[in-house]
Amino acid sequence: MHPAYSVIFFTVASGAGLGLLAFMGLGALRVGAMPMPFMLTTFGLAFALTVGGLLSSTFHLGHPERAWRAMTQWRSSWLSREGVCAVVTLIVGALFAALWTFMDLASAILGIVTTILALVTVWATGMIYAQIKAVDLWHRWLTPVCYLLFSIAGGMILFLFLHAVFTSKTEPVWELSSVAMIALLVAWVVKIFWWMGGDKAPTSTPESATGLGHLGKVRLLERPHTGSNYLLKEFGFTIARKHAKKLRLIAVALGAILPILLILLAIPAPFDAFWLGLAVLSHLAGMLVERWLFFAEARHAVMTYY
Amino acid sequence: MTQLPETTNRKLGLVIDLDTCVGCHACVISCKEWNTGGYGAPLADTDAYGDAPSGTFLNRVHTFEVKPENKPAMITHFPKSCLHCEDAPCVTVCPTGASFKRSEDGIVLVHEDHCIGCGLCAWACPYGAREMDAVEKVMKKCTLCVDRIYNENIPEEDRVPSCVRTCPAKARHFGDLGDPDSDVSRLVADRGGFDLMPEQGTKPVNKYLPPRPKQQSLDEPINLASLAEPQATGFLGWLDGALERLG
Ligand code: SF4
Ligand code: SF4
Repeated sequence: MHPAYSVIFFTVASGAGLGLLAFMGLGALRVGAMPMPFMLTTFGLAFALTVGGLLSSTFHLGHPERAWRAMTQWRSSWLSREGVCAVVTLIVGALFAALWTFMDLASAILGIVTTILALVTVWATGMIYAQIKAVDLWHRWLTPVCYLLFSIAGGMILFLFLHAVFTSKTEPVWELSSVAMIALLVAWVVKIFWWMGGDKAPTSTPESATGLGHLGKVRLLERPHTGSNYLLKEFGFTIARKHAKKLRLIAVALGAILPILLILLAIPAPFDAFWLGLAVLSHLAGMLVERWLFFAEARHAVMTYY
Repeated sequence: MTQLPETTNRKLGLVIDLDTCVGCHACVISCKEWNTGGYGAPLADTDAYGDAPSGTFLNRVHTFEVKPENKPAMITHFPKSCLHCEDAPCVTVCPTGASFKRSEDGIVLVHEDHCIGCGLCAWACPYGAREMDAVEKVMKKCTLCVDRIYNENIPEEDRVPSCVRTCPAKARHFGDLGDPDSDVSRLVADRGGFDLMPEQGTKPVNKYLPPRPKQQSLDEPINLASLAEPQATGFLGWLDGALERLG
């Protein structure tokens, strides 16, 4: 599948933003008063990433001016469900954030609802891909699980970083840091399982696609068109296996190993925002590689006709 | 409305005969000609006379080689367009309601004024039957010539899809595949019509008829050139043999 940069950026940015929002929702249960700049920056970043991601995803639409129509078919379409969930999450989340930031009212109920809505939105994003039966690699229940776990891990290290920037701790911050490292580890281990499970024989073959398999081995002799077309541009993208292997390693190194090492460096007091900032950047870079591969490695059934 | 109808009154569709299709692409051209001026936006071409021409088509003809175990390979021309699936995944994924399946005749259509051009339906279709128009930025697909088949302004014999009307080999048939007594249903029953990619669970309405078995299959190709060599007889034959023996 053709890796469209707007969609890659959207899923990474809004995934991390919604993860951060989900974490803040839970935070209302435990954290007491936090400094105002921390609240403003954290909520600001969470909303900026989510809204920025959503806006970027509308760039690849043919008719962005009709985008509101995408809210109407939630009964059958995961893309529509994602749109509805995202808008509701932003509204409820904004109310929750405003009450907490400006009126010092950390509503546990609004917080939990925000967390659930944010995570459901991420799940819906994953389901958009998982519902596509024509792409074997995506059509698995583990696909939305990966989206969810990456969003949680991304949100946690963002939170960790902002926490270090705005609060000066004099003792090591073990608790939060360990949770973030575990979240990273779990997400990437599941992703590695997802990769391993994807190396299977394709569901559809040129033989089943033409129905001529009972006669012999089927091979394309002549393409239906001499030039390129929409189908080849959209689905004809394939990445060589050996390159994919290398990129997987790069994704794991940037997305998991380096951030965990950097968090370990940051833990001894004073809780060091510099290392955590690097951890956030490294994780985001790893996520971009992971998301690019998510498309580049996926093979669509229509390619059996080419 | 992108929920699928429970059932449709009729199941209009095509039956394509892979035995008689000669791969002339006439249906491709007649489809483009009719549909660029018919239902919805025109079918754009980009860089039509340049180095990288590309265009929107609703019907395309592939050519496959089928190689049996130990017989010579055979060629099959293979027209492909929307199969108007009963369980159409392209319809249910559409977020806007632009894609829908009609309950009266089962035709799958796109309401182009509602389409946001997200392309998700093209991802959902395993057959590559949907193409995004590069100029209009809306999704285009076979309409089964919905603006011909019910059109009382054209002669009755023309009230079939353009591709069916055009096919010089009569390899394309149109009718109600939901009615077991229709001509197309009988054709499918007689000739063993089949679905494309049944494993995708889309339940296509369109059916394909397999190539008929070859009447005689030749194990060894005959050396035709040797048949054309003159056979010397009589005195010349004796002379030929004698000279041959002399070396
Ligand atoms: S062939 Fe493709 S576009 Fe047509 S109904 Fe089936 S899934 Fe939809
Ligand atoms: S491209 Fe148009 S018809 Fe297809 S899913 Fe998107 S809105 Fe629906």
